[in-house]
Amino acid sequence: MGKNFDSKEIILNVENLNTTFVSDQKKIRIVKNVSFQLKRGKALAVVGESGCGKSVTMNSIMRFLGRNAIIKADSIQYNALRDGKVTEYHIEKIDKPHGPEMRALRGPEMSMVFQDPMSSLNPVYKVGDQVAEGLLQHNKGMTKAQAREKVLEMFRKLGIPDPEERIDCYPHQFSGGMKQRVVIAIAMICNPELIICDEPTTALDVTIQAQIMELLKDMQVKDGKSIILITHNMGLVAEMADEVCVMYMGRVVEFGSLEDVFDHTSHPYTQALLRSVPVLGLADGQKLETIPGATPNPADLKGGCEFADRCPFAEDKCRAKDIPMFELSPGHRVRCLKYSSFPLAEGEPAAAEVK
Amino acid sequence: MNEKKEVIFKIQNLRTWFPITKGAFKKVVGHVKAVDDVSLDVYKGETLGIVGESGCGKSTFGKTVMMLERATGGQVLFNYDGKFRDITKFNKQEMFDFRKKVQMVFQDPYSALNPQKKIYTSFEEPLKVHGMHDQSERESRMQEVLKMVNIQPDYLMRYPHEFSGGQRQRLCIARALEVMPEVLICDEPVSALDVSIQAQVLNLMKDIQKDLNLTYLFIAHDLSVVQYMSDRIVVMYLGKIVEVADSRALYDEPLHPYTKALLSAIPVPDIHNTKKRQVLEGEVPSPIHKPSGCAFHNRCPHCMEICKQQDPALAVQNAENGHMVACHLYAEQQKKLQEAQAAQTGQTA
Repeated sequence: MGKNFDSKEIILNVENLNTTFVSDQKKIRIVKNVSFQLKRGKALAVVGESGCGKSVTMNSIMRFLGRNAIIKADSIQYNALRDGKVTEYHIEKIDKPHGPEMRALRGPEMSMVFQDPMSSLNPVYKVGDQVAEGLLQHNKGMTKAQAREKVLEMFRKLGIPDPEERIDCYPHQFSGGMKQRVVIAIAMICNPELIICDEPTTALDVTIQAQIMELLKDMQVKDGKSIILITHNMGLVAEMADEVCVMYMGRVVEFGSLEDVFDHTSHPYTQALLRSVPVLGLADGQKLETIPGATPNPADLKGGCEFADRCPFAEDKCRAKDIPMFELSPGHRVRCLKYSSFPLAEGEPAAAEVK
Repeated sequence: MNEKKEVIFKIQNLRTWFPITKGAFKKVVGHVKAVDDVSLDVYKGETLGIVGESGCGKSTFGKTVMMLERATGGQVLFNYDGKFRDITKFNKQEMFDFRKKVQMVFQDPYSALNPQKKIYTSFEEPLKVHGMHDQSERESRMQEVLKMVNIQPDYLMRYPHEFSGGQRQRLCIARALEVMPEVLICDEPVSALDVSIQAQVLNLMKDIQKDLNLTYLFIAHDLSVVQYMSDRIVVMYLGKIVEVADSRALYDEPLHPYTKALLSAIPVPDIHNTKKRQVLEGEVPSPIHKPSGCAFHNRCPHCMEICKQQDPALAVQNAENGHMVACHLYAEQQKKLQEAQAAQTGQTA
């Protein structure tokens, strides 16, 4: 893991992240050798079906997981850029997930927006107090009145109508879209550089989804925030992302720029995923392609390519051993033996040996 | 072209209002107008899609058509071999027989199957209830429907937790098919499923429809799924129908501003799509305090003075394909069309 990147350009560098859960004395690998880099001010979309490990990957980076999770990584490096100066944080070296080092990062540097706005707000506290909590925690000496001013400012920025009145309301008085705005306000209030959004609009209607996405895009373009968007909606990916990371059963199977993944779709899983989504304006009688079978249970996976059982191109060698990543073009990496004539992606051969 | 098709459901001015009560004496202080004055014909063998945002009354509409929810007013006429009978006035026995003809598939396949009972028991019940007393006959019917949904017949002895989400939804569809219904009301049948499984279930539903000549009422919030499944689409907003059109026409030429906004809000998985997105402001108002006039006027980019006062009626906009819309923007054109039609019928008479 040589330091072969510019920490001014790369905000987050993850190398060989492995997350294993211990349940019933069994160890189940959920995230396997995940590596990616996020460029500063860009949006990365992480796509995959439920259970593919996309949320666990992000929770591992934020260190939100419980005691039964074992997180191992060569590097989880976060590079903060303040006033032209870069500060490096090595999250993988932080021992205590609830210690002061991690707490200093969460909020002012990186924060997260969760899927379900209904359950991520506390029903018995006023929304204004919930948003202000982070501010008061991270800025010793700030008065409540100052915090309230800041919260009002944030509400105005996020387009919550009548902020002076709404700040003293309880979550149940808000609609789903407005609640999600409050959750985004909580994530944004300490002015972090990296925002991880875990399916922020899955619980919302399409028209409200459009509003929230517009808001996130604004934050990225105008304020230069870096965004990781976890989703299973390929349409949102096409609209929001600069780079796309496709995951299947805990592994990154394809990684590349938006053009790479949508125009030169290479992994059979990504291809199938894109073809199985109903799109508006399909010709009459045109049938959707389906992916046969269902996602396997991560506890009974055998070695080799996880997608082999559902893949139309699967051969015996696919099941023999773990498949490494191949680099089709600069930045476009695919984990599939169909492309074994291409050079191995950086740092891969060693990882491929891991059983 | 509508003359050739046989109408199976004739829904007239259907209303489902829920009372809002207050105080110790449960005084009724208002109503939630979940379904308000909906009139609609459903043709035999078609898939009628119903879309709208959450809270627009699409699920209540589906339930009222099945009489799982009492209608407050209006009629639901069902075609009994050419004779229309109003199911809102059915007695218990008539209702019981009617349920054999219309079945429902629910949203969440995890809660629709009893976790403590084997699939066999869950599947046997509707057959027993509807008078199939011979066990071997029941078993062969159960195996028949399982074959239709591509599930191995020996899985009957398993419990629901042994199945994946997609399999469970297929089981729910199979159970609905057991009593040989003519109509299947599907309330968000795929929204709880993963994308790769969605396509499997949708294709299966299409195949079954072709084989059995079923009529589907397909209720969903995802316009792209509805468009894929349906022949005709009904767009609902706050308990009212705002547009009815052939699924192709709705996509090519949406008329109502709400439909336009709904279509443009859907993200397209195509990076070369340059269509400017039209973002609707505000949210769906509460159905308790509906805006006056057209319910959509406070979010509508084309709002006029008349929209705030008068509720537009659903009227035919294009006589050729039966495209109907409820919007004041098209009032003049619709008036002309009606006059022309009236003149025509006057001549023939």
